[in-house]
Amino acid sequence: MKLRKVYMDHAAAMPVDLRVFEAMKPYFTGNYGNPSSSHSFGASARNALMESREKVARLVGAEKPEGIIFTSGGTESNNLAIKGVAYRNEKKGNHIITTTIEHISVINICKRLKKQGFEITYVPVDKQGMVDPEKLKDEITDKTILISVMYANGEIGTIQPIREIGKIAQENQIYFHVDAVAAAGKIPINVKEENINLLSISSNDMYGPKGIGALYIKKGTRIQAVTQGGGQERGLRSGTENIPSIVGMGKAAEIGQEEMVAEGRRLSRLRDKLIKGVLETIERSYLNGHPTKRLPNNANLRFSYIEGESLILGLDMLGIQVSSGSACTSKTLEPSHALLAIGLAHEEAHGSLVFTMGKQNSEEDVNYVLEVLPGVVKRLRAMSPLTPKEMLR
Amino acid sequence: MYSEKVMDHFMSPRNVGEIPDADGVGIVGNPVCGDLMTVYIKVKDNRLADVKFKTFGCGAAVATSSMITELAKGKTIEEALKITRGDVAESLGGLPPIKMHCSNLAADALHVAIKNYLEKKEAKK
Repeated sequence: MKLRKVYMDHAAAMPVDLRVFEAMKPYFTGNYGNPSSSHSFGASARNALMESREKVARLVGAEKPEGIIFTSGGTESNNLAIKGVAYRNEKKGNHIITTTIEHISVINICKRLKKQGFEITYVPVDKQGMVDPEKLKDEITDKTILISVMYANGEIGTIQPIREIGKIAQENQIYFHVDAVAAAGKIPINVKEENINLLSISSNDMYGPKGIGALYIKKGTRIQAVTQGGGQERGLRSGTENIPSIVGMGKAAEIGQEEMVAEGRRLSRLRDKLIKGVLETIERSYLNGHPTKRLPNNANLRFSYIEGESLILGLDMLGIQVSSGSACTSKTLEPSHALLAIGLAHEEAHGSLVFTMGKQNSEEDVNYVLEVLPGVVKRLRAMSPLTPKEMLR
Repeated sequence: MYSEKVMDHFMSPRNVGEIPDADGVGIVGNPVCGDLMTVYIKVKDNRLADVKFKTFGCGAAVATSSMITELAKGKTIEEALKITRGDVAESLGGLPPIKMHCSNLAADALHVAIKNYLEKKEAKK
């Protein structure tokens, strides 16, 4: 068997698209002006900034480019959106509704706000990771100022009924924040049609550089800054703009929009082939997340009796890079909260593997994974005291 | 993240398996936490004639289990009881700090197996 390099951990990090890299290059040593300067170098940087804003706005269906604020990434966008709305609207109410399956940044922001006197409701999800909009609606009180639900979960892949939740938020005149980091550039988003007030996105999750992201803020949304400085980005995100990265994110958004449909179709086919192949060839293997309403590039599978980190190491030795929700791969030694939120027991969560595919992955890559994975699973099961004896024969 | 030695023991673990007529068995850990180790020993003339293991867990859990069987085999009961978690980690060229406590249970499993053997021996008297 020939060793093959197969990177399937795009939710952790993505390569920068070469077209993005080329677009960024002039802004490091030649076109290095500060958009706040009055001279021609400043004007050139301002133009680049404006163009990128327009491209990002188009990707998410925003009415005006002014609604886009550049940040350092998804985590900062989530901080600005949730804390910014909470602090600014504190007099109106102190209740925030979110879900049990959010990104860890949203969960930790909410924990902090709780310590500061806010009330947080975490709406549970079903076994496939789906939020029930009706259940969410039942949690609304006259103190509710914000609903925050992710567009799609980057780990288990489930896509939420954002349009329905947006409608509920609008009918009840509550701000709606959506963490779309895992979804942007992969599936269509329309902040207008989906009644979204605030939307977090990140550049590296769509083949742009790391360390840059954006927050869409609908006109009229009452929000305050969480950092103070020179008043850049409408005073909401002070600090000299990171023009090379902003240009990169703009280009990534432009390419993402152009190629999303075709690439989404291609990846969904590979994803389904991978899922079907694993479930058919490896006994006691299961799919985590929703079977159809899932990100086109995500396959989250779990295997009984074995642990995820040892699966990662075994696959890495064969050239395949993936992730796991096992406690043994986390800094906190706790299994992934998303897997616990869909009702898995700890020992089940430990045996999960997350495959997130990207542009470079081909059908040959999927075939290779299907060829070598059963052997890695078998080897670890033979070593595990949990494996039933009849399975080893 | 892991040393070459850890990866070697993970990829080619020594003495995997069960001893059906083991003189002592030690089980430590819990699948809920992500690590479960079982160590089997066979004792002859006060020496560990054979040591085998089965482990559910991360790379460090497998490597430390494999290493403990190598360290313990041929040792007297008294010598084997002196093998510490630190000895196992050191023999593997070190472990990442986060793994030192949660996955470095192999020495404990060996000690439990020896205790089990001694108790059985005592009961027979």
